[in-house]
Amino acid sequence: MERVATFFVLVALAAVPVLTAIFDAPFYLDLFGRVMIYAIAALSLNLVMGYGGMVSFGHAAFLGLGGYAVGILAKEGIDSGFVQWPLAVGSCALFAFLTGLVVLRTSGAYFIMITLAFAQMLFFLFTSLAEYGGDDGLTIWTRSEFSGLIDLNDGASFYYLVFVLLLLCLGISARLVDSRFGMVLRGAKANERRMRAIGFPTFRYKLAAYTISGAMCGLAGALLANQAEFVGPSVLHWSRSGEILVMVVLGGMGGVAGPVLGAAAYLLLSYFLADLTKHWAIIMGPLLILVVLYARGGLLGLLGGRRAKADSP
Amino acid sequence: MSEILLRAEGITKRYGGILACDGVNIELRAGETHAVIGPNGAGKTTLLAQLGGEITPDVGRIHLGERDVTGLRAPERAALGLGRSFQITSVFREFTALQNVALAVQAHDGHSFRFWRKARTDAALVEPARAMLDRLGLAGRAAVPAALLSHGEQRQLELAMALATKPRVLLLDEPMAGMGASDSERMTRLLTTLKRESALLLVEHDMDAVFALADRITVMTYGRVIATGTPAEIRANQTVRDAYLGTDEAA
Repeated sequence: MERVATFFVLVALAAVPVLTAIFDAPFYLDLFGRVMIYAIAALSLNLVMGYGGMVSFGHAAFLGLGGYAVGILAKEGIDSGFVQWPLAVGSCALFAFLTGLVVLRTSGAYFIMITLAFAQMLFFLFTSLAEYGGDDGLTIWTRSEFSGLIDLNDGASFYYLVFVLLLLCLGISARLVDSRFGMVLRGAKANERRMRAIGFPTFRYKLAAYTISGAMCGLAGALLANQAEFVGPSVLHWSRSGEILVMVVLGGMGGVAGPVLGAAAYLLLSYFLADLTKHWAIIMGPLLILVVLYARGGLLGLLGGRRAKADSP
Repeated sequence: MSEILLRAEGITKRYGGILACDGVNIELRAGETHAVIGPNGAGKTTLLAQLGGEITPDVGRIHLGERDVTGLRAPERAALGLGRSFQITSVFREFTALQNVALAVQAHDGHSFRFWRKARTDAALVEPARAMLDRLGLAGRAAVPAALLSHGEQRQLELAMALATKPRVLLLDEPMAGMGASDSERMTRLLTTLKRESALLLVEHDMDAVFALADRITVMTYGRVIATGTPAEIRANQTVRDAYLGTDEAA
């Protein structure tokens, strides 16, 4: 079921540019593009949270850092995506690695708080960087240049690039969690003490997973900045970390594709509910509570695709 | 005398006002089964945790073979050939029996920074794991999630995982815990066959099993070793009888 649902969601996403062209509704191209970008961010969080048991409440840090890498380079006149994107992903990997050395020494509530703390540090850092927009953020005048390879200013081209990157991240996630590395990650989530007793130095594997996750989320940040042609401290706000977390929980942590469903459900729902009433959070909140209470496997669990991993007796 | 595989000298561990281990000396020789007995709270599990590297003694040294491992953590000691099973069954409940053992095999098959190939179909992991399950009589339960195995089967699985790491020294914390008579008899037979491969240090309350298995017995009370000797010596030891075995039974 999970495969079927994922397949249909991906086919639907692939068809969006065609439909928006026919119905002349470019706005939806943006909306679904954003869905896919957040799906990548949620995928990255699911790697550490769903499979590694590390509940990061600071993934907005990577979203923001990836975005600012693009924004700052653009402001300094470096428009090439070949420079911007590897730097965005690389700086996020480095930030994840360095903060991971600290945060992974904690677990549970402490882990949540310290990941939040690092994200807040970045938030205040970029708020105070007056030459790069400070509070107001930074407008990106030109999207990343890929010298004739692809023109990101064309809506459909940009959309399909994001689509391909989403597929890539999905594929990487799927391979990763079933690999030897993935088994260590899952084992450490289930019973870290046992893992150490049978000979796994779990810390380095968790650190690697955290670094990969940060890098993937940094890619989402670079994409987001390009799509919005803007990056500001709001991307780094703690509530953004919370939203990514909600997407993962909503979609379900039992499988690789859960976060994609979660990102789509959350963003589309909040969009259409916001159309209905400006107090849309009043409807969204209880909905989330219902999912958490009655569908612990998230949307994936509702589909019956897989037993929720968190739910074992 | 055969080679000493594991040796603890004067290890002491204090938790607040309680001396959980007080200058404990113990050694384990190649081919030997060494049982540690004693009443609850005697510090047996704390001793095992220090030997395994989960906690560090406040005082004292631990040698694994020639090597001083006092400062090494559990994974590093495991890599040096120290296996471990736990008092409270500690298997990966969501994983199948086969996956549990395969993971233990993987722990000793080089590093695990392998991101691409599926572990589930990796013959280098699955085949040794199957062989191990077969040996412990769990072959028919390979595909069953560990959580759904019976208690006795989970204890066997626990042992299968410890064995899959091919330890030279195996620390077993109450392998018979919670087992019925027939299960624990089977476990005793199984442990007897293990002696050829690993030296065993076991903590156990089942005195039938202890006296059937052990070549040497160490008795602990209140964190101290009060006697070490052959089963016959321990049985005859007046201090031990007073402190632990009781006066009426000859076990």
